[in-house]
Amino acid sequence: MSTYIAAIDQGTTSSRCIVFDHGGAIVSVAQKEHRQIFPKPGWVEHDAEEIWANVLDVVHGALQKASLTVHDLAAVGITNQRETTLVWDKATGKPVHNAIVWQDTRTDQLVKELGEQNRFREKCGLPLATYFSGPKVRWLLDHVDGLRERGERGEVLFGTMDTWLIWKLTGRHVTDVTNASRTMLMNLETLDWDDELVDAIGVPKAMLPEIRSSAEVYGTATGTLEGVPVASALGDQQAALFGQTCYSPGEGKCTYGTGSFLLVNTGDKPVVSENGLLTTVGYKIGDQPAAYALEGAIAVTGALVQWFRDKMGLISSAPEIETLARSVEDNGGAYFVPAFSGLFAPHWRSDARGIIAGLTGYIDKGHIARAVLEATAWQTREVVDAMNADSGVELVALKVDGGMTANNLLMGFLSDVLDVPVVRPIVAETTCLGAAYAAGLAVGYWSDTETLRANWHKAAEWLPTMDAKTRDKGYRKWKKAVERTVGWIDEDDNDE
Amino acid sequence: MPGPIQSIERAAAVLRLLASGARRMGVAELARALGLPKPTVHGILRTLQLVGFVEQSPDTGKYQLGAALFHIGSSYLDGNELRTRALNWSDSLASRSMESVRIGTLHENQVLVVHHVFRPDNSRQVLEVGALLPSHASALGKVLLADDPVGLTDDEPLKAYTPATITDLDRLGEALEQVRQRGWASDVEELVEGEVSLAAPIRDRRAVTVGAVGISGPVERLCDEKKQPRTELVSYVREAARSISRELGAIPW
Repeated sequence: MSTYIAAIDQGTTSSRCIVFDHGGAIVSVAQKEHRQIFPKPGWVEHDAEEIWANVLDVVHGALQKASLTVHDLAAVGITNQRETTLVWDKATGKPVHNAIVWQDTRTDQLVKELGEQNRFREKCGLPLATYFSGPKVRWLLDHVDGLRERGERGEVLFGTMDTWLIWKLTGRHVTDVTNASRTMLMNLETLDWDDELVDAIGVPKAMLPEIRSSAEVYGTATGTLEGVPVASALGDQQAALFGQTCYSPGEGKCTYGTGSFLLVNTGDKPVVSENGLLTTVGYKIGDQPAAYALEGAIAVTGALVQWFRDKMGLISSAPEIETLARSVEDNGGAYFVPAFSGLFAPHWRSDARGIIAGLTGYIDKGHIARAVLEATAWQTREVVDAMNADSGVELVALKVDGGMTANNLLMGFLSDVLDVPVVRPIVAETTCLGAAYAAGLAVGYWSDTETLRANWHKAAEWLPTMDAKTRDKGYRKWKKAVERTVGWIDEDDNDE
Repeated sequence: MPGPIQSIERAAAVLRLLASGARRMGVAELARALGLPKPTVHGILRTLQLVGFVEQSPDTGKYQLGAALFHIGSSYLDGNELRTRALNWSDSLASRSMESVRIGTLHENQVLVVHHVFRPDNSRQVLEVGALLPSHASALGKVLLADDPVGLTDDEPLKAYTPATITDLDRLGEALEQVRQRGWASDVEELVEGEVSLAAPIRDRRAVTVGAVGISGPVERLCDEKKQPRTELVSYVREAARSISRELGAIPW
């Protein structure tokens, strides 16, 4: 009897496999890092063959640690770093180039040439930016010899990491709606490749995978996972939304890592943002209608704490920032806006750079530590305000996950500035859990989303204690600090 | 304000000398270096030896710095760091035991709660990070006291919270000895009637106890009919403690 679900999380720095039981509890974990390849400043690549080998290793490792075999698995699900782009030879299975990673900015010029930022927003929900897959494929077609012709003949295939893994596991060339919604090539209404977008960005349709739902059996695996149904694919942030069981409109989560991503389920209609958020597909279970989501991406949150540790050297480990911050009562009037590479949601100002505002002789390192932590909370507040404005519904509670949720001071302050309860679930690994849930639904391991909701448990809750006057004043000062970051970059700064 | 205490100054000078020069020194050597009579230095060394700050080599009779001194200097682990490193394992413990989990460190003879995971039943619960628990009447406290080089002193009488609270220092000493031997501690209705807690030590890479992790809940769920802690729950707690210790670099045991 098959009693477990395996989830593969193909992430930016590592690949992981986690095996879950019927209660949604972790049975075993295996993880392996892969190389980050930096051919030039601003370029980031991954070796897709290395990633595939690592995925097999971690699947094997996770099974072995729990003394399981493939026969114990009811299904395997996939979640992945989003937007990272690969093209491979259909006949030989060999990649024609390293995968171009989402952080890679080589398409900067190309994106500018494609036109005004919001040119495609109506159709695909996204502003023109270097992150998304469409421009990355176009770059490969323009720079790898003969690739465009081969693409037109369907001899080479395009895929994000989900597609690469499903193809390697089952031989099928498919992607799911959530990953496809990050290409700039998919129409959010039809959930299919859009002729106008495909033409404008310049990608031959013959090389595109078939778009399927997030939870269905794409095929049966061969090799290491022989006979196991491959039954889900979700981009990492969407998988976290699914793992946090945000299945009703208005339910959302924020994952706090190096950067932070707030996604809110908006139901079966895409909401086009007027406040700088991305419109994306949240998930689609089999034949059911897709659930859409609004996404607010904050570039620098945990990364600011790492910067404070590595570049300032005032703490020796990230958690110590809480100890240092607690050495003072408040921020002493200091605000830190970490616009290290411009401001992201909801401002989208690439000419902004970071500042510490409100400095006086009174400020010591404890106040700066506070300002560092508070920056994450205020940035979340800005995104939540944009969410509320776009959706017309007020957030009533924020579900959080990710490493920074171990910081009690931050979580308490976050609850204060949002003026809603902040709740952490008992399984911190929501990304893998989401992929496992979707795969389990597809094969009938779990009967419905209500069963999954019953698995969700509160591990901690922070309630707001700040009075409105203090909160409003703090937010006013934060906004003033943000205003002071914009327009820093001049034309002759040659910001490359 | 009274002036400096001469004997403490002299003891500090002895420690500094042992830390700086050749690692081991005899009484005569130390007396010469400090310009003090030998009996005085001998008295200081004997007291320092008693509290574990110096050790005497059984072969040569010479003195060196003691293990307790190293622990004081380096066993401090930031509570926020401990919580971060323990997060996954304390969550797992709550999931497996279906009870609330707390991690504590010793703070002025009391247990400071540095991490708290709710009992996974979605009932209304309040985060208790920062709360203090009496060390003699909680499983977390007993684990921490059992491995504490100083231990409880008889400065203050042990407060009785329930009829089952251990209030006698000698009886507490025996209980702590048992904790050391079996590697875990329990409090069966010793703090709150009807409530039980179980805990095990978290150790770092030098096998120094830096914290304790445990669960708590009603006696009906945590104990069997004979009011003995359920072995299954004890093993969950000990496994979580081992996993966190491994996370901190402890050698697996």
